[in-house]
Amino acid sequence: MMAAFSPAVLARRAAVPRKYVPVLVTACLFAAMFAAGGVRYEGFVTGQVVLNVFIDNAFLLVVAVGMTFVILTGGIDLSVGSVVALSTMISASLLAGGSWPAPAVMVLVLAIGTVLGLAMGAIIHYFEIQPFIVTLAGMFLARGLCYTIGTESISITDPTFTALAQTRIDLFAEMWISPSVLIGLVVVLAAAYVLHYTRLGRNVYAVGGGEQSALLMGLPVARTKIAVYGISGFCSALGGLLLSFYMLSGYGLHAVGMELDAIAAVVIGGTLLTGGSGYLLGTVLGVLVLGLIQTIISFEGTLSSWWTKIFIGLLLFAFILLQRLISGRSK
Amino acid sequence: MAQPAPIVRMRGIGKQFPGVVALDGVDFRLLPGEVHALMGENGAGKSTLIKVLTGVYGIDAGSIELEGRPVAFSGPLEAQRAGISTVYQEVNLCTNLSVAENVFIGREPRRLGRIRWREMRRRAAALMARLEIDVDVTAPLSSYSLAVQQMVAIARAVDVDAKVLILDEPTSSLDAGEVAQLFRIMRRLKGEGIAILFVSHFLDQVYEIADRMTVLRNGRLVGEYRTAELPQVELVAKMIGRELADLERLEERPPAREGAPLLEARELGRAGAIEPFTLTIRRGEVVGLAGLLGSGRTEAARLLFGADRAGTGTLTVDGRQVALRTPRAAVRHKIAFCSENRRAEGLIPGLTVRENLILALQAARGWTRPLSRRRQEELVGRYVAALNIRPADPDQLIENLSGGNQQKVMLARWLILQPRLLILDEPTRGIDVGAKAEIQRLVAELSDDGMAVLFISAELEEVLRLSHRVGVLRDRRLVAALDNDDELTTEALMETIASGGRA
Amino acid sequence: MTGTVPLARRITGHRLFWPAVVLAGLLLLNLALTDGFFSVEIKDGHLYGSLVDIARFGAPLILVALGMTLVIATGGIDLSVGSVVAISGALACLSISGLEDQNSVTGVLTAVGLALGLALVLGAWNGMLVAVAGIQPIVATLILMVAGRGLAQLITDGQIITINSAPYKLIGGGYWLTLPFGVLIAALLLALTAFLTRRLALGLLIEAVGGNAEAGRLSGVNARGLLITVYAFCALCAGIAGLMISSNVSSADGNNAGLWIELDAILAVVIGGTALTGGRFSLGGTILGALIIQTLTTTIYTIGVPPETTLLFKALVVTVVCLLQSPAFRARAFHRRRRPAATPAPADEKVEVRA
Repeated sequence: MMAAFSPAVLARRAAVPRKYVPVLVTACLFAAMFAAGGVRYEGFVTGQVVLNVFIDNAFLLVVAVGMTFVILTGGIDLSVGSVVALSTMISASLLAGGSWPAPAVMVLVLAIGTVLGLAMGAIIHYFEIQPFIVTLAGMFLARGLCYTIGTESISITDPTFTALAQTRIDLFAEMWISPSVLIGLVVVLAAAYVLHYTRLGRNVYAVGGGEQSALLMGLPVARTKIAVYGISGFCSALGGLLLSFYMLSGYGLHAVGMELDAIAAVVIGGTLLTGGSGYLLGTVLGVLVLGLIQTIISFEGTLSSWWTKIFIGLLLFAFILLQRLISGRSK
Repeated sequence: MAQPAPIVRMRGIGKQFPGVVALDGVDFRLLPGEVHALMGENGAGKSTLIKVLTGVYGIDAGSIELEGRPVAFSGPLEAQRAGISTVYQEVNLCTNLSVAENVFIGREPRRLGRIRWREMRRRAAALMARLEIDVDVTAPLSSYSLAVQQMVAIARAVDVDAKVLILDEPTSSLDAGEVAQLFRIMRRLKGEGIAILFVSHFLDQVYEIADRMTVLRNGRLVGEYRTAELPQVELVAKMIGRELADLERLEERPPAREGAPLLEARELGRAGAIEPFTLTIRRGEVVGLAGLLGSGRTEAARLLFGADRAGTGTLTVDGRQVALRTPRAAVRHKIAFCSENRRAEGLIPGLTVRENLILALQAARGWTRPLSRRRQEELVGRYVAALNIRPADPDQLIENLSGGNQQKVMLARWLILQPRLLILDEPTRGIDVGAKAEIQRLVAELSDDGMAVLFISAELEEVLRLSHRVGVLRDRRLVAALDNDDELTTEALMETIASGGRA
Repeated sequence: MTGTVPLARRITGHRLFWPAVVLAGLLLLNLALTDGFFSVEIKDGHLYGSLVDIARFGAPLILVALGMTLVIATGGIDLSVGSVVAISGALACLSISGLEDQNSVTGVLTAVGLALGLALVLGAWNGMLVAVAGIQPIVATLILMVAGRGLAQLITDGQIITINSAPYKLIGGGYWLTLPFGVLIAALLLALTAFLTRRLALGLLIEAVGGNAEAGRLSGVNARGLLITVYAFCALCAGIAGLMISSNVSSADGNNAGLWIELDAILAVVIGGTALTGGRFSLGGTILGALIIQTLTTTIYTIGVPPETTLLFKALVVTVVCLLQSPAFRARAFHRRRRPAATPAPADEKVEVRA
């Protein structure tokens, strides 16, 4: 049939790998940065350096996973950093009170994060207010709640939390990870499964591709949109717990600006901010790249911390331009 | 032949909106295994009737029965579950997903909650094969043309056990080959016993595919007819309810023009859009561009206006070579372009009629030289009156106007600039017959006053009626430029399109 | 239209009605709590009073929100204004701290010129990314939002630069003709913006680009130039706000100056009734929005709630105002009977600004 040779069909055949290009580029970038670090610093090219990136950024990884869901629907969640802080604050204050056992605290924190997310999702959907504004209000709310609990840092001495903070899970060749990394990886795998193999996941992509279309196709748009904010809220709360393990304290000023890191990781991972296109693997790579920048700067020693921000900005610029080129070519 | 029982029967349907009676006592029935056309001018109540049937609107009076049982759907979804699927003019699918997903999303084959991708692709491929749609079901939908996307939408609609399929202007952006493919699918579905409700502005298509038709006018039922028993002229008379004098007065051909060339395109082209073409437009001349959709008509016009940049060739205006890199540059040379896509490329929603009207003039002057309020009112008043724009309230929001009146506002936006060349891309598509006649008359008048017009239309009759010369496009190439003399007929044009001008 | 009901509805339906009610409510609450809240007096030739303070402390936010209004009206957003605030203050203070005589007027003017020049360049950079490279505004300005903080800290070398310059102090902390100088600057810029947009035709062209970018381009609007101008103007406003903030405290803090001011500014614009999707904008609404945010902060101080909880109230006000402005919410809350018709809107909600 003639149609088989039409330009559209030919263009499509050539375009099949295009959707993987951003992820591939991020992977290459990570490898290149790792190699460059290896050339420049002694003792850089070890498995433990990579694992340390995971250990130091497990909470960011979990938060970024939630953010990926939201961004895939074409939304955004600015509240994640504040919800992380709120989670550390609630954990620390309840544990300091002494009457709450650690598991109950964890469940409560996760529930609060999820409910907060669901509530924001419901407002976004039912009252048709932009996610940017609603989650901004959520951000203020969560931060404000932190300060109502207390304005000082509260340290955590609960045995369960300290155990989770200090346990080393030994791998081969003297390499190790923390329980948080394990939790983070489980979250990543579960999320990838949900996105690829469940209706919820496919609906997330469909809503990101066109909300009106999804509605007319009979998809549960309301449920999907509310669910992604719920997922993001859950992930933020979980990220908050992981941060409590990492810092062993609760503080209203924890995770200031983490929403930016999470968004940056998702974008560097190749997910389009307009929604509908992107992969969780990209987000993982994005977090790793961000983490590696910090590692390199700490290896450099003389570089000041603000260079991190400048580098992240430059990377964002490069990746955004790359995405622009790729989507521009496909037109 | 004994008629089967109607699958859909609507009786005495009444629907009011604030200030408007949209439907008044309309009866309608749809038989299984037929293609039924719903005919009427814009505002006749076609889309309201469809929306009432699919539960988008509730009804104020009357009853709706599906297979003999009274129904009242709360929305399109419920209607779909009951077997009434709708495919709209704008394809409402998710182009970022694969073809297979677009067919099955929301009802994917699953095992223990896990989507069975292989099974889904297999079933999608089988469905596409059954409907003879040649696509790779794993490719993203965005990689296919609008026509294929539309067929995928139909495939999705019929795969959910549809008994009734509503096609709301499915052909308005398809070319002839694609329409043929669509009709083949429609016939196949009809053969399977599905009732198809078909809305189209193209009379020829209606006569080709529809078995029966229901005609509406001003929200009232005019009648139900067998297509074979109702001549086209009578149908048009029933739709517009008045004599065709307005249209027929233009039937005489315009005399040829011998003015100086205003604009000359030499080997102007753009890769992937239009092959290099050469075209001259004289002062006061109406040049028609005929060709199927996708033949490069719009693409050629966009190059002449600088909406896209030309890759090759030169353009001269008044004998001087110019480079039109942006629409701004074209406007500076007094070239105007009224896009076929009114909503996406013309209207500024949220702004008033007045603001929409003066936009091009204000943009040409730049923001540092504002038009005084008095001058604005004078200009707007003049053009609202001259083009008979209704309602004649310049401070009305543009989205509150009907399609025909919006189109007139778009025209007025450019006429204010007093262009020397006016490019009109499908100016009469999707508007009612009255507004259509007014716009055609306006084009003739403008050309009499010395304005050159490039007139693009899918309706060959319209092109012939208005143009002094006709450029014919096919497969992104300008294949012929013909003088509009007595020899030139719609048949001759169609032959040129079909043969590519080789004959 | 006769009778009182349509008139009442016309008033409650006015886009500035709810923001005005909220502001009035907040002010009245203050009046109830604090005696003489509305009183304004002249001391040492300066205007004093709570209302004056609201205007004075609100001036930087008003400035940033003004620029933000125009950006949002084009369908864009500028996340980088907070960073520009920090950069501009940092550069001005750095330049003044290097002066032999910190009170030299020419020296201060040079510093101000440098800072505002850099702000313009940064704004133009944002505009180029949006208009020329065709990057989504939220992403394009995210770059400078992240990198700009680093840049500001780079300028101050991570320290807080303290200066002692009387002429510079005037910008944010001084008075002129009994009025706070900052308020005068804000008023002047408001007048300028209103003149450019409503007297001249900048407003119409901005709304055309924001309402339908492609239609604007095809109508011959020079969208590219327009966008670059608007983003540069927004950064300029942010730059002036940065000078004001750093002048008020006579120091520059690259890390914290203008932190989250972009969010407050966006809030002010949205509270003022300009939609984030672009198109129609309202400068008056933005001013109301900024004043609401500032009054809220003041209120919290006067009623003696711990200042840390300001954020809670902010969240509350944002939610209330946005809900009141949401047609969907109003339909549900006020006319519960009337179900809004679910019209299948066109599916092209993603309008990309293409270069």
